[in-house]
Amino acid sequence: MSKKNYKLEAKSLNAYYGNFHALKDINIAMEEKAVTAFIGPSGCGKSTFLRTLNRMNDYIDGFRVEGEILLDNRDIYGKDVRVDELRKEVGMVFQKPNPFPKTIFENVVYGLRIQGIKDKRVLAETAETSLRQTALWDEVKDKLDKSALALSGGQQQRLCIARALAISPSVILMDEPTSALDPISTAKIEELIYELKKDYTIVIVTHNMQQAGRVSDQTAFFYMGELVEFSKTKIMFTSPKHERTQNYITGRFG
Amino acid sequence: MNHIDLELERLKSKLMDMWDLVEYQLQSGHEAMLKADHELAAKVVKLGRKVNNYDVKIDSMCENLLALYTPVAVDLRLILATLKINANLERIGDTAEGISMFVQQQERPFLPELLEKTNTYAMFTEAIAMFADCRKAYKASNTELARTVIKRDKMLNKIYRKSDDVVAAYLQIYPESIKECLALLSIIKKVERVGDQITNIAEEIIFYRDAKVVKHKSKKKKKANGNDNSENA
Repeated sequence: MSKKNYKLEAKSLNAYYGNFHALKDINIAMEEKAVTAFIGPSGCGKSTFLRTLNRMNDYIDGFRVEGEILLDNRDIYGKDVRVDELRKEVGMVFQKPNPFPKTIFENVVYGLRIQGIKDKRVLAETAETSLRQTALWDEVKDKLDKSALALSGGQQQRLCIARALAISPSVILMDEPTSALDPISTAKIEELIYELKKDYTIVIVTHNMQQAGRVSDQTAFFYMGELVEFSKTKIMFTSPKHERTQNYITGRFG
Repeated sequence: MNHIDLELERLKSKLMDMWDLVEYQLQSGHEAMLKADHELAAKVVKLGRKVNNYDVKIDSMCENLLALYTPVAVDLRLILATLKINANLERIGDTAEGISMFVQQQERPFLPELLEKTNTYAMFTEAIAMFADCRKAYKASNTELARTVIKRDKMLNKIYRKSDDVVAAYLQIYPESIKECLALLSIIKKVERVGDQITNIAEEIIFYRDAKVVKHKSKKKKKANGNDNSENA
C-alpha cells in the first residue's frame, strides 16, 4: 500500500455542521493522475467531502473538521497552510457553469491576474494552452474578446475548466459538472476528463451512476456520512462488496 | 477517438488474438492428424490453456464494458456478439484439442484410401477455410462473406451424414481397421461440430453489423415454402 503514489488522503476525517455529524470517520486514499468518483444519494456527504478537499467549507458557520486531509502528504488543515496557495493547487468546477461577466479571454486568465501576472505573452500563452486543453480553442479563438456569457452552457462549462487549469493546479475537483448540460456537452466533458487525467488528479461528484462508470478509475460510495465502499470502478460496478452499494447502483435503494 | 471506441477496439483486438490461436490449433490439429504427429498434437492440447485464459479475459472485458459504459445499439450488439463468438471460439479450440487427443493415440497416419472415401480431407480443409473467411468477415465487417460462410456448412453436413455408411462399407472389406475407423468417425463428427460453431459465429457477425437475427432460420424457410425471400440459409 505505502508504495502507491497517493495524491490525496483522508485519515479519520470527521466533519460537522454545528451538531450535525456530516462525515463519519472517512479514510480514503486517492491515486495520482486518476479519476475518483463520489456517488451516493443526496445528503450522503459526498459534496461536503469534496469541499473539504480544498477547504471550501471554511466559510460555513459552524462547520468543523477533525482528522487529516493530506495533499502530497501534507495536511491541508495544518496551521502553516495558506488557503489561497491551496486553491492554486486544487482547482474546482461547479455544477452550474459560472463564467464571470467578462470576456472569454479575461475569464481564462482571471486567476493569473489575481496573482499579479501582467506579462501579456504569458497571459496569451496560458489562455491558449488552457483553451486547447479543454478542446475549446478552435471554437472561441476568433472571439476571445467577446463575452463569455454568450457561449453555450457546455462551452461555458469547458471555459470554467479552462479557467481552473490556467493556474496549473495538480488536482481538479468537480461537483456534478455535467448535471446542467445536454448529452452532447456531457459527452464532451467526459472525454475531456479522460484526457485531463493524464496530467491531473481528478475528483468528481456525480449523481449519474453511468457517468461514474464511464469516467472514473475508482469510485467511492457514501451513505449517511459514511464511506461505505471504495474500490476500483470496475469492481464496484460488477461485484460490489456491500449490499448497500449494490442496492444503490442497481437503483433498488430504499 | 471516443473512450468507449478505444475500449471496443481493445476488445476486438483481443478477440482477434484468440482467433489466431484457435485457427492455429485447428490447422495444426489437421496437420497432426494427417501425419500422426504426436508432438504437434501435444502442442495443440497445450495451447488450450492459453485459449481458456483468453476466454475468461474476454468475458470479463465484456462484463466491464456492459457495466461501465451502458452501451447501446451497434456497441451493445458488438459486445453481445463478442460474448457468443468468444464462447464458440473456445469450443472450436476444445474440438481441435479433442482431435489432437485422438491423434496422440494414433500409431500411424490414417490410410489414404479411408481418408479419401470418407472425404475427411476435403471436409477438414473446408472447415479451416470457412473459419479463415469467417475471421475476414469479422475483421472487415463483411456480412456478405459471413452469409456465404453459413451456406458452405451444408457441404460439411453432407459429408458427415454419409460417413457412417462409407465407414461401414469399408469395414466389411477391412474389418481389422475397426479402431482406426472409429477414431476417424469421431474426428468427422467433431469437424462437423466445428462447422456448426463457425456458422454460429457468422450469424453473430450478421447480428452485430446488420442487426438481423439469422439463426434458426433454415427450418422456417422450408415451412414457409419459399415465401420467405430472405437469402439466409
